Amino acid sequence: MNLSLKKQSILPGFFPSLGITLLYLSLIVLIPLSTIFLRSAALTFGRFMEIVTAPRVVASFALSFGASLVAAVTNVFIGVLLAWVLVRYKFPGKGLVDALVDLPFALPTAVGGIALTTLYAENGWIGRLLAPLGIIAVFNPLGIVIALIFIGFPFVVRTVQPVLLELDVEIEEAAASLGAGRVQTFVRVVFPSILPAVLTGFVLSFARALGEYGSVVFIAGNMPMKTEIVPLMIMTKLEQFDIPAATAIAFVMLVASFILLLLINFLQWKSGKNLVSG
Amino acid sequence: MSINIVNISKKFGSFEALKDINLTINTGELVALLGPSGSGKTTLLRIIAGLEYADAGEILINEREMISRKIRERKVGFVFQHYALFRNMTVFENVAFGLKVRPRGLRPPKNEITGRVHELLRLVQLESHAERYPRQLSGGQRQRVALARALAVEPSVLLLDEPFGALDARVRIELRRWLRKLHDELHITSVFVTHDQDEALEVADKVVVMNAGRIEQTGGPEEVYDNPASPFVFNFLGAVNIFHGRVHDGCAHIGSLKIDSREHVDVPDTMVVGYVRSHDIDIGRTATGGSSIPARVRTIHRVGNIVRVELLPDDGQGAVEAEITRDRLNELNLQEGEGVHIRPKKVKVFIEDYQI
Amino acid sequence: MNDAIKQTIAFVKSKKAAARITEPLPVRIILTSLALLFVGLFLVVPLVSVFTMAFNKGMEVYFASLVEQDALSAIKLTLITAAIAVPLNLLFGLTASWAIAKFEFRGKYFLISLIDLPFAVSPVISGFIFVLLFGSHSLLSPWLEAHDIKILFAVPAIVLATVFVTFPFVARELIPVMAANGNEEEEVALTLGAGGWKTFFRVTLPGVKWGLLYGVILCNARAMGEFGAVSVVSGHIRGETATMPLHVEILYNEYNFTAAFAVASLLAMLAVVTLAAKKFVEWKSSGRFTPQLNTERRESGSSGVDL
Repeated sequence: MNLSLKKQSILPGFFPSLGITLLYLSLIVLIPLSTIFLRSAALTFGRFMEIVTAPRVVASFALSFGASLVAAVTNVFIGVLLAWVLVRYKFPGKGLVDALVDLPFALPTAVGGIALTTLYAENGWIGRLLAPLGIIAVFNPLGIVIALIFIGFPFVVRTVQPVLLELDVEIEEAAASLGAGRVQTFVRVVFPSILPAVLTGFVLSFARALGEYGSVVFIAGNMPMKTEIVPLMIMTKLEQFDIPAATAIAFVMLVASFILLLLINFLQWKSGKNLVSG
Repeated sequence: MSINIVNISKKFGSFEALKDINLTINTGELVALLGPSGSGKTTLLRIIAGLEYADAGEILINEREMISRKIRERKVGFVFQHYALFRNMTVFENVAFGLKVRPRGLRPPKNEITGRVHELLRLVQLESHAERYPRQLSGGQRQRVALARALAVEPSVLLLDEPFGALDARVRIELRRWLRKLHDELHITSVFVTHDQDEALEVADKVVVMNAGRIEQTGGPEEVYDNPASPFVFNFLGAVNIFHGRVHDGCAHIGSLKIDSREHVDVPDTMVVGYVRSHDIDIGRTATGGSSIPARVRTIHRVGNIVRVELLPDDGQGAVEAEITRDRLNELNLQEGEGVHIRPKKVKVFIEDYQI
Repeated sequence: MNDAIKQTIAFVKSKKAAARITEPLPVRIILTSLALLFVGLFLVVPLVSVFTMAFNKGMEVYFASLVEQDALSAIKLTLITAAIAVPLNLLFGLTASWAIAKFEFRGKYFLISLIDLPFAVSPVISGFIFVLLFGSHSLLSPWLEAHDIKILFAVPAIVLATVFVTFPFVARELIPVMAANGNEEEEVALTLGAGGWKTFFRVTLPGVKWGLLYGVILCNARAMGEFGAVSVVSGHIRGETATMPLHVEILYNEYNFTAAFAVASLLAMLAVVTLAAKKFVEWKSSGRFTPQLNTERRESGSSGVDL
């Protein structure tokens, strides 16, 4: 056997395992995903543009990208704060708080969605407190942002936390001994070291927010031009059996997702944190 | 069981790891593959084991062709540098593994396996550690478990990759003497890879010195040490001093030295290099015509009972290090900065174009 | 005081400061309070509210909502879906990680990115692609109709969409663990006479068991909780093609909040059990494997300063 495909290894089973992997990957992921591209290709460019520049669709894109951006930026602050507190300070119940951070990953999105909606409704536990201040989250973009913060902040915590843990405290000590204040040390020494992780967390949280459906639909209220997110737009077109429109919108979203995936891979590669350590 | 290595070559991409290697290892020998990292010694060992494919050539174990055989049919015991003990198994289970995975018909009964494993653990002096896990053992203990595990399948040959490389100095010396003793009891044909010349010279019956994918010299420990076949071997087997000179008519002239160099009698007037081990240099207060070089003492370092004296020859050649005993130092009553005479006791002359 | 003494004192002071470098106590208290406030508001309160809403009409109504016919069939469908999707992706994860972690080949990193693809795709699109594949406008639909096979708006599509969204979980946990373990143990096993399968089951698999369990736990949580993708392909037929999350939606949209939260409370319990199991695996395997990215493990107990 002298195949340039693989470096020779004496372990058995390379070709069968790679073959099964590629077959299963094709059947479950690649062939189904290719339908979007094939169906989009069937649309004329004029028709495609007509669909994606319809005012209602443009409004949904603006909302989805806008709300995701606001949520992701907020998550950077929340995520770094939580990671910092969890790594650097000791307080009772820290282990529990640490475990809870993963709740949005583990809780089905529909459950998170109805819980948040109920809480922020005008008669809900939190909504009741906000209403007198004139803040109404439910059926408003604010509600969407809240849901997107909920599902996105753990990404930032979980990418920043390990980097903070491995950060050499001696470097901070050196900065302090050279006369730097605490804020200066953070801005000039700590922050640059965690920046790649923060960026990765930001993009991950943004990408997740862009595609999120379950936790948002309940709190959004889905009013055309106002609180209709892109995934919901696709859903609506589907329910109207307007497959070409759904395909065109999905195509745009998919391209955005792939660009973000590439960006994530690039950032992880940059921060020397590739998937495979071997 | 003998091992014959015939015309083995191996490339990794464009890097030639092994270039046409030929070597015969006789039944019952303990052979050291000695060389710097990148010399191809580990690759050769892995090819003998079947852990790596050769690009060309043949491996015969006990006169039988092995290249086409699967690794499990070769019956080689392989001990990895970092032991590669099964982390999820106890010491007992590690050693028993090779017996337990045999096909049902060839598998010994359970009580026989237990007996064999305990016998082996006794041999490697780890009987009381049978139920421990690898992470609970010291480096030396792990090494012995790895050895017992390899021996359990009654291999035809035993191959060890840097067997003492990961141990600290004291355990290293202890364990290599123990390995030599074990080999004298078992007489199993063994090959081990090392980059430590002391280890190779002390333990092996035969030393194979490798460099850049080739074998530089094969021979007994004394032979390779006393009669290095190349400057590389000379250099690799211990500290060495270099003197530049010329040779003609079978006589080398290095500074004021004249050295009989009959092996180069056919060579026309050529640049040569003389190699002298530090302990083959004596220091004298008087010149001896044609066998000493005037020099100045630069520094004197006492290391235990030996003394390293750094000397600067008056003819402007590079610094020379002599290794003498403390008694000799006291006898000479040397002082730094003094003028003395270097007296090489044994010089090996090589033609200049050899590269180290 | 002369300068030498001044310098010495300054040095000692700076040493002392550097030895336990941290923020002033009030800053620490404020930062920790902010963090706890957020965790309380965004995690604890929503979780508690699910159970409060579920029980607000008493235990009897709660249990009645769970044993009601449609709820039971939703639970059953969810269990069936997970029972198919998780083992399939487990087998795939093992196969893929063997090929990727144990061998070097061209295009390896590209393959890893392809495996990650479903994470990048919106759940709605994850469902939509199966509508395109099996729907009435698709190439397959004449053949499917001729053979009277119903995939879309039926259980097969729900399972397929779930397999798609949970596709990367096991593989992405296993690949780094298997790669970190190296090939030497397998090579030893082969020299000792073990065959490929024996080597895999006795050496490789025990070495990655915690990573495997971790991946399975996450895969299962997502399989049971998936909403968007399943919503697109299910057709929302009560009692037939509604999984638990879909059943929650149906009840919620009917303003039957108590019943909706009762079913949701089961899913919330699943989430809590998942978090506990995750913690357990992290604790059992501490130091032996490091889960990837979105679920990074770290030791939190030993670091930090007291408030």
